[in-house]
Amino acid sequence: MAIDVATVRKVARLARIAEPEDRLESLASELNGIMAWIEQLSEVNTDGVEPMTSAVEQPLPMRDDVVTEGGDPRLVLANAPKSKDNFFVVPKVVE
Amino acid sequence: MTETADKLIQGRTGPWEIVLGLEIHAQVASKAKLFSGAAVGFGAGPNEQVSLVDAAMPGMLPVINRFCVEQAVRAGLGLNAQINLKSRFDRKNYFYPDLPQGYQISQFKDPIVGEGEVEVERDDGSTFVVGVERLHLEQDAGKSLHDQDPNATYVDLNRAGTALMEIVSRPDMRCAEEAAAYVKKIRTILRYIGACDGDMEKGNLRADVNVSVRRPGAELGTRCEIKNVNSYRHIQQAIEYEARRQVEIIEDGGKIDQETRLFDSGKLETRSMRSKEEAHDYRYFPDPDLLPLILDADWVEQIKKSLPELPDAKKKRLQGQYGLSAYDAGVMIIESARADYFESAVAALKAAGGSDAKLVANYVTNELLQRLSADGHEIDASPIPAADIAGLVKLREDGVVSSKIAKEVFDHMWAGEGAPYQIVETHGLKQESDTGALEGIIAALIAANPAQADAVKEKPQAIGWFVGQVMKATGGKANPGSVNEILKAKLGI
Repeated sequence: MAIDVATVRKVARLARIAEPEDRLESLASELNGIMAWIEQLSEVNTDGVEPMTSAVEQPLPMRDDVVTEGGDPRLVLANAPKSKDNFFVVPKVVE
Repeated sequence: MTETADKLIQGRTGPWEIVLGLEIHAQVASKAKLFSGAAVGFGAGPNEQVSLVDAAMPGMLPVINRFCVEQAVRAGLGLNAQINLKSRFDRKNYFYPDLPQGYQISQFKDPIVGEGEVEVERDDGSTFVVGVERLHLEQDAGKSLHDQDPNATYVDLNRAGTALMEIVSRPDMRCAEEAAAYVKKIRTILRYIGACDGDMEKGNLRADVNVSVRRPGAELGTRCEIKNVNSYRHIQQAIEYEARRQVEIIEDGGKIDQETRLFDSGKLETRSMRSKEEAHDYRYFPDPDLLPLILDADWVEQIKKSLPELPDAKKKRLQGQYGLSAYDAGVMIIESARADYFESAVAALKAAGGSDAKLVANYVTNELLQRLSADGHEIDASPIPAADIAGLVKLREDGVVSSKIAKEVFDHMWAGEGAPYQIVETHGLKQESDTGALEGIIAALIAANPAQADAVKEKPQAIGWFVGQVMKATGGKANPGSVNEILKAKLGI
């Protein structure tokens, strides 16, 4: 699977990573190298094998429906660059 | 309504068919959030109900709430849908200030509930079936406030991480009324099983509506998605506006762009929300923080056994057991509390020796529920206890009051004056069956109106005039049976 400059530009934009235009070409080539390396996996025959999304063979642990956290806005806002009246304050979002 | 032709909209170039599919977001009625122990609730101060998981602090891991899983299974069973014993969670990636994780945990590929279907009733009593494509669990986002500051957006994460069930329908609806009826039915089912309180004013149940138009029977057109419509009325208004807008564009030679739109309830129109074509590129992938969700088949079976009687079954039973019409039964099952009220009134009536369940249903639907809904209330706000409805019906059955007087008694009951028999006593509303008194009144009437009396002898139907006069003279309290009997005897017919 070949990754071209347009794909790199799009992925960078979706991930909100600023990449200067003159870096895109080399990034594309680096990413193609990584993809080629991963491609080796397709040499293994996986017919009839269920896709694995976790290396841990155990069911999802569950919690009871009990309130155990919250009630402390200061803790939540502790690292916020800006806050007011217990709200996070961020640059204006225009819809 | 039921005929396809009635649902078409007329354009300049001919008829168009509307095709509608809905995504309903129903908030799970849990105490804590889907993946954290922070409280779910309405009206708390900003960021009061936020855990470090909800705020997406580094190193925090989600742990799923068993109750939320159970409610999704209950909802799935209520929708006659397939329960997937193995499902998993995916990340839906997008950036927005009220989504601190940078992704929403949702179920994309393997949802907890698969295909199902619901039977929906139109206002005229006819029914149609809507296919359910899936139901999955996902997190809600936080809330952005844009009006606090001209240069900044305020973010409250209280809602972030709240469990939602997204119910995706097939594009099986063809007009705004059908879409509203479908949402009503889903709401009723969810309330019956207790998975969601259905409070649309608080946004606990809201719908995204997919609208497209096509020539009748043609291929599906390009659809637009109208986001977050949160009342039946707005759903209908949004659909009507949007369908018209699309027809005009196509008839003017244009084409519909697939996009997300917003309904403006003030201007009654929809407008484009974000035209970013990349907005739909969510790059879903399995969430590495969460293992597959495996359900125990026995647990699902237990949940199934614990379900209450569901609306469709209750409707059939009310029709069969009490002889209610499909319409009355349909009104009665919209809230399970209505049916409970009706059934306890019938039980009280039976205990008092009465039997007319249909008459009970009449008073509940035509009088009580109508008056309650005029005030925006439900049956739980009824000022009249169920036993008093039974009391009123018993008075009717015993001939103590006529249907006309019963209405008057009902007015007094509505005003909170107490039990119907007391009201009848206090206001002297008892039907006049005292033949002595009636005979006197009738004799005087005949004597005063000889021409009318002769007319009745010629034409027996003319007796109605005398009945009316007796009712007038007695203030409507005369027993119509007795009046007719005495009249016939005295007039010799």
